[in-house]
Amino acid sequence: MLKSLLGGALIGAAATIYWVGNGRVAGVSGVLAGALRGRAGRDERVLFLVGLVTAGVVATLVQGARDAATQAAAPLLLAGVLVGFGTRLGGGCTSGHGVCGLSRLQGRSLVATLVFMATGVLTVLLLSLVAPQWSVR
Amino acid sequence: MRRPVTALVAGLVFGVGLVLSGMTDPRNVVAFLDVFGRFGQWSPNLAAVMVGAIAVHLVSLRVLGARDARLRVAVERGPLFDGRLIGGAAVFGAGWGLAGYCPGPAIVSLGLGSVSAWGFVAAMIVGVLLGERAARRGVGTADPRPGLPAC
Repeated sequence: MLKSLLGGALIGAAATIYWVGNGRVAGVSGVLAGALRGRAGRDERVLFLVGLVTAGVVATLVQGARDAATQAAAPLLLAGVLVGFGTRLGGGCTSGHGVCGLSRLQGRSLVATLVFMATGVLTVLLLSLVAPQWSVR
Repeated sequence: MRRPVTALVAGLVFGVGLVLSGMTDPRNVVAFLDVFGRFGQWSPNLAAVMVGAIAVHLVSLRVLGARDARLRVAVERGPLFDGRLIGGAAVFGAGWGLAGYCPGPAIVSLGLGSVSAWGFVAAMIVGVLLGERAARRGVGTADPRPGLPAC
C-alpha cells in the first residue's frame, strides 16, 4: 500500500514537471497520439515516451527480470486496439483523465473516469463468466 | 535546452512511479478491477496510486498557479459529457479490464522486457490511429478535450 502511494506521488510529481516545464498535460495516450501523428512539439512527446521506456529498462537492471504476466494473443491484441481506440475517441486515459483531469478539476474527466472504471470492472466480471482462459495470468 | 530535458525527466519520473506502484504488472490492475473477487483477492492498491498521484499533482498545481499566473489551469469549456467521451471511455475501460494494461504501463513495460507489452503496444498504436480518425470525423459530438492544452 505504501509503495502504491509513493509510486502515485511520483506520477503526480511527473505530471507537474511536464506542466511546469513543457506546458503540457501528462496524458500518455495523448502524448503517444501526438508523437505518432507528428503534431507540433514532437520532440517533447518522443522524449517523454523515451523516459517511460528508460524507466522500465533501469528498473530491470536494478531489480532483475521479474516473472512477467502472460495472456493469450487474441484478448491481448484485442485489448490493445480497444485501449488505443477508446482513449483517443474519449480524449484521455488513466493518466490524462484520471490523474491530470481530476487534479485540474475537469468535470468531463470525472465522467470519463467513472465510465472507464465501470466498464473495466464489468469486463473483468464478464471475462470470468464467459472466457476465463482469456484472462491475464 | 530546458524543454527537452524536462520532458525526458517527466517521463522518467512517471515511469519510475509506475514501476514502484506495481501498476506495470497487469495482474495488479486486474486485481483492483476484480471487485467481485472472481480471479483472486480484491486489491485496493490502484486506488492508492490514484490518490497519491492526484494529491501531489492537484496541490502542486494550486500552489504553483497561485504564484505564477502562467501556470494556472483554465476553467473547463464545453458540455459535461457527450457521446464521444462516454463511448470512448467505455471502450477504453473494456480494453483495460481485458488485459490490465493502459498506455503508460504498457510503454514502460516495453523496457521491462515483457513480450505481452510489445504485442499490446503494437495493437494499441493501430487503435490510436483508428481512434484519431474517428475523433476527427465527428463520431459522437464535441471535441473530446475541448479547450485543453496539448499532451
